[in-house]
Amino acid sequence: MSKFLKFTLLAGFAVSATAVFAGDYGLGRPALPEEIAAWDVKVMPDGRGLPEGSGDVWTGDEVFAEKCAVCHGDFAEGVGNWPKLAGGWGTLDHEDPLKTVGSYWPYLSTVWDYVNRSMPFGDAQTLSADEVYAITAYILYSNNLVEDDFTLSHENFTEVEMPNADGFIVDDRAKTEYPKWTGEPCMENCKDEVKITMRARVLDVTPDEEKAEAAPVEAETVAVAEATPEPEAEPEAPAVDPALVAAGEKVFKKCKACHQVGEGAKNRVGPQLNGVMERAAGSVEDFRYSSALKEKAAEGLVWTPETLAAFLAKPRDYMKGTKMSFAGLKSEEDQAAIAAYLASFSD
Amino acid sequence: MSETFKGKSTSRRAFLRGAAAAGAGALGAGAAKAVTPDPLITEPQPWAQGFGDGVDVTPYGLPIRFEDDVVRRNVDWLTADTISSINFTPIHALEGTITPQGCAFERHHSGAIELAKEDYRLMINGLVDTPLVFTYADLERFPRKNHVYFCECAANTGMEWAGAQLNGAQFTHGMIHNMEYTGVSLRTILAEAGVKPEGKWVYVEGADASSNGRSIPMEKALDDVLVAFKANGEALRKEHGYPVRLVVPGWEGNMWVKWLRRIEVTDAAVQSREETSKYTDTLEDGTSRKWTWEMDAKSVVTSPSPQAPITHGQGPLVISGLAWSGRGAITRVDVSKDGGKTWETARLAKPGEKMALTRFYLDTAWDGKEMLLQSRAMDETGYVQPTKTQLREVRGLNSIYHNNCIQTWWVKPNGEAENVEVS
Repeated sequence: MSKFLKFTLLAGFAVSATAVFAGDYGLGRPALPEEIAAWDVKVMPDGRGLPEGSGDVWTGDEVFAEKCAVCHGDFAEGVGNWPKLAGGWGTLDHEDPLKTVGSYWPYLSTVWDYVNRSMPFGDAQTLSADEVYAITAYILYSNNLVEDDFTLSHENFTEVEMPNADGFIVDDRAKTEYPKWTGEPCMENCKDEVKITMRARVLDVTPDEEKAEAAPVEAETVAVAEATPEPEAEPEAPAVDPALVAAGEKVFKKCKACHQVGEGAKNRVGPQLNGVMERAAGSVEDFRYSSALKEKAAEGLVWTPETLAAFLAKPRDYMKGTKMSFAGLKSEEDQAAIAAYLASFSD
Repeated sequence: MSETFKGKSTSRRAFLRGAAAAGAGALGAGAAKAVTPDPLITEPQPWAQGFGDGVDVTPYGLPIRFEDDVVRRNVDWLTADTISSINFTPIHALEGTITPQGCAFERHHSGAIELAKEDYRLMINGLVDTPLVFTYADLERFPRKNHVYFCECAANTGMEWAGAQLNGAQFTHGMIHNMEYTGVSLRTILAEAGVKPEGKWVYVEGADASSNGRSIPMEKALDDVLVAFKANGEALRKEHGYPVRLVVPGWEGNMWVKWLRRIEVTDAAVQSREETSKYTDTLEDGTSRKWTWEMDAKSVVTSPSPQAPITHGQGPLVISGLAWSGRGAITRVDVSKDGGKTWETARLAKPGEKMALTRFYLDTAWDGKEMLLQSRAMDETGYVQPTKTQLREVRGLNSIYHNNCIQTWWVKPNGEAENVEVS
């Protein structure tokens, strides 16, 4: 049966149901089933919308390490200001509650839906259904909600109980607030005395006006303090070590969420990296570098194995204000491997 | 050779600084007398002798360079990355009620994407008689509506729950803008597809990687929601959802889905990330409110304020501010100069309009003494904007969203102002 025919049959069936109201402009065209399937990927709390598939905790551990841990941490504990996905149990009534999938999210469908459509950050809609099941299983495991032998699938999905499922009430302001705060307000002698109890200036967390003046168009207020470390004595040109390149390819998995390299590589969250080695920093066209990187580039930074190693060891120390939200690559072997791997891709 | 005059190298900021210094000594400046003739008057100035720019020098104009500090600003410690982040409208430096698009705050969850009109498609599916796809050109053929509405992020003033934090109206209240939208009623578009009786909600999502899906109850969807393609007379800006965004009057900005690509009629809320893990308000006992869609009545004095100090010494002073309510029109705004002991009713520049910003003024005389400036809005339901203490009594400190408390600026004798909390 042709797709068109199938659709008209479906539509014919639908029209027989009674609409509450219907328009008559005759604008638009019927959506095809393939189009609806491509865009309608939502998953409801009762599991409607879940595709067939499954993934276990251990597979999830691997996929998470490769695709999620750069921002969310190896154990879903979060890196820097990036969202923490695990922990925080029992903190919702504390001073600074930690809201994670385990401590706060009421529905597991939300995790599957969001990971599937929006993650990894900067490379959305690249995960297979099985990978999404695996990642979801791993996040549950990280929150002590399932054991390490757990496999999540479309069949057992709705059996998972979320700890904070009952932690929500529908907006009750109409009962708890509006009656209290309605009516003619006080105009005179409303208080005996007024004292200042807290000042913003004491806290001093407001972005500095003077810094903005230096760079009035870009609201980025980045201070660059550290100078480029002098490169050590010129190293001898290393011969290409295939083993090191291969090792670098593995290490590069940590970078892949944000950077592409190789044929057809495009800018993502980070710039594409073809030909990056031995090249001036900040020279990929059409990529919006941070002010911090631009300054380093203006100072003459060139990406060599040494400068790259220094940057990757602790990006935010080496380049205060960099947009690269990567915790760092501590192992010198890994640093060298990355440099060798990247050197194998020319422009 | 061009005689184009480029003007003095000055800025509004420098002007403010100079004036603030002068202001301190200029007490009693009401009847100033000139001692020496003003050279700006007595000497011919270059702008009065040579040419200005010809037409077409700037085919699409930007504000003059002296105003280059009137820009959106980011608070970089708030978020991990500017791709999923927010910046703030410079409300301290704007007047009237319409926010120019170029400085209206941005909130992205996966960056501001570039989507051409030719590539734009809007799908209506779910519990409808006929799932439909519209092009941009299709949308232009439906009857249009024009309305001015404010769009406020639910997190506006959210950094102030635990205490006075950010020193400027831009940062405390700048997650808001107010534009005149042109678009099609969502009701008209839903009717075109035919909503089935079991359709109780619409789920709306955008074309960006975040999709930012939200569930909206059918009652609201059929009421005043717009599928908008113009703002303030021109195309939406990229950062505000070009070519098409949803306008959900009076409700939290997160629901105003940008780059709108799909509207699904459903029988239940989808419970997306944005309506469960985010945009839910945690109370003191650890339970959280969900579906807190409406933005309650709120106001703020925009000038004087920390970024807009008094620079003219004592005498006539215009206290200027904004008020708005997601539950109807603003009917009254009161202003206090003493931290809430006594209040005076301000003048509304125009009668309040439903779900739109209202400008208020208190035309007063400043005695050069310190003030604890506050404003208090009332809307047509009779609701009175609460104090921060009142809000905390009900909600505690962890709600993040929907902080519509009365704001206090401590104006000092030198004209500077600071964000403070008072007893």
